[in-house]
Amino acid sequence: MNNHQITINRWKDKIFYWYGLICTVSGVLILAVFLYSIIIEGWDRLNWQFFTSLPSRRPSSAGILVPLLGTLWIMILTTIIAVPIGIAAAIYLEEYGKKNKFAEFIEVNIANLAGVPSIIYGLLALEIFVRIMGLGRSLLSGALTLSLLILPIVIVSTREALKSVPKTIREASYALGATKWKTIWNAVLPSAAGGILTGVILAISRAIGETAPLVVIGAMLYITTIPTHPLDDFSVLPIQIYNWLSRPQKGFIENATAAIIVLLAITFILNGIAIYLRNKWQSKVKW
Amino acid sequence: MQAKIISKNVNVYYGTNHVIKNVSLDIMPNEVVAFIGPSGCGKSTFLRLLNRMNDFIESFKMEGEILIDNEDIYDSKIKVEELRKKVGMVFQKPNPFPKSIYENIVYGLRIQGINDKKYLDSVVEKTLQQVGIWNEVKDKLHQSAMALSGGQQQRICIARTLAVEPSVVLMDEPTSALDPISTATIEELIYQLKKQYTIVIVTHNMQQAGRVSDRTAFFYMGELIEYNDTRELFTNPKVELTQKYITGRFG
Ligand SMILES: Nc1ncnc2c1ncn2[C@@H]1O[C@H](COP(=O)(O)OP(=O)(O)OP(=O)(O)O)[C@@H](O)[C@H]1O
Ligand SMILES: [Mg+2]
Repeated sequence: MNNHQITINRWKDKIFYWYGLICTVSGVLILAVFLYSIIIEGWDRLNWQFFTSLPSRRPSSAGILVPLLGTLWIMILTTIIAVPIGIAAAIYLEEYGKKNKFAEFIEVNIANLAGVPSIIYGLLALEIFVRIMGLGRSLLSGALTLSLLILPIVIVSTREALKSVPKTIREASYALGATKWKTIWNAVLPSAAGGILTGVILAISRAIGETAPLVVIGAMLYITTIPTHPLDDFSVLPIQIYNWLSRPQKGFIENATAAIIVLLAITFILNGIAIYLRNKWQSKVKW
Repeated sequence: MQAKIISKNVNVYYGTNHVIKNVSLDIMPNEVVAFIGPSGCGKSTFLRLLNRMNDFIESFKMEGEILIDNEDIYDSKIKVEELRKKVGMVFQKPNPFPKSIYENIVYGLRIQGINDKKYLDSVVEKTLQQVGIWNEVKDKLHQSAMALSGGQQQRICIARTLAVEPSVVLMDEPTSALDPISTATIEELIYQLKKQYTIVIVTHNMQQAGRVSDRTAFFYMGELIEYNDTRELFTNPKVELTQKYITGRFG
């Protein structure tokens, strides 16, 4: 290579460096500006009244109590439904169903399901949960819908976590006289717990931001009763935000921004917990 | 005296790969037997026959007979889990569970449904005493075993194996991942354990075989070439191949 060539390469190197830097910075910058403008606009609205009030026709007396509780209900119900099923399915596929035709079939379908647009889940759920099973437009219908949506994520991340448990851990368990089931339950699952938990939290945090499927199954846009039972009508934060944004009054826009801050805060906290758990597990468990 | 372990004309195949060739050998109770031989000669495979750890390998196929306490361990009536309780195993790399020291030791008992705290406490103390680490760890029994040094971890793994009261302990290069001082403590431990257990140890370290074992088996390409009193085998090998291997003139 001659000198000229080297100079050109050095220039290419530099250009690429700056290009990468600008892309990164502009990405972060856009996000920062977005967060900043939301916080500026909505921050003053975040007072006690806002958290404890029912919806209202007057923006200044409206609050997010109903959708906030709805979101919390949905989070809990979805976890209760999706996590046991997802983990059980992952254990079956990863530990028992190896190379059998049925498991292969399921596996391909799970991969496909993860790519289905969420509104399709809503349509499916409307037919099955709301109409056929007669659960109505309830919290339970909503949680079942979101459970369907996140099941593939839970299954895939649990399988990854199970796969990452080293063979030596299983061997240690078998060599002490454990059966396959005891080995999975007492040695593999505890070793994979960090990874599984991380996946579950990320899935839940995805679920609480979903709007479309819940709109389809008929979550309420305007509801004035606090949900106290899984079969109650409900609303959730993203739907409340959507609702307020479509109103003409300036005050409702402000309410919407404040609600966005709350929703973002919940998501960030969940993701933060997930990252914390992952780091903690990685530093504790060195194979 | 009746042999503890009897192997009769054992052959092992991985698919079409014939890796153990017609091996017959006996191991007496409370004897320490070392397996030596070049890499890939089948030492681990043979060792893992004795607690049926090869059963997990799909292409594994075995012919012949292995008796432990006069029972054919590959008989279909044998419960593998019971066999593995009787024939414990220590691995090359220390492999504690990511649990506390205490939970590591009692793992084998808990899976049998034994949860009596007094009994478990006594087993933990007894086995940690046996492996000579009780004083070092007695104040941190509920801390993670992963935080210990490699040598300590390996002794925890041995204690864990002893907790289910085996009568045979298999060790596959148990010191190859350890420093010389930890190695010496483990060798000392093997010497102590021999009073209560029958021990089979795979090692690449000829001095180690010389120090810890009563008899030594030399494997080469799946065949048992020579099996004799350890001192005899190292000072006066009968087969030229053995002679070449132990003096390091090989190939
Ligand atoms: N899981 C397996 N599947 C297929 N072949 C295997 C498997 N494990 C070992 N083998 C083959 O069996 C033969 C014996 O291997 P083994 O591990 O018993 O040797 P070894 O004497 O323990 O060697 P080392 O000293 O390197 O540990 C080798 O040819 C190896 O390639
Ligand atoms: Mg080996």
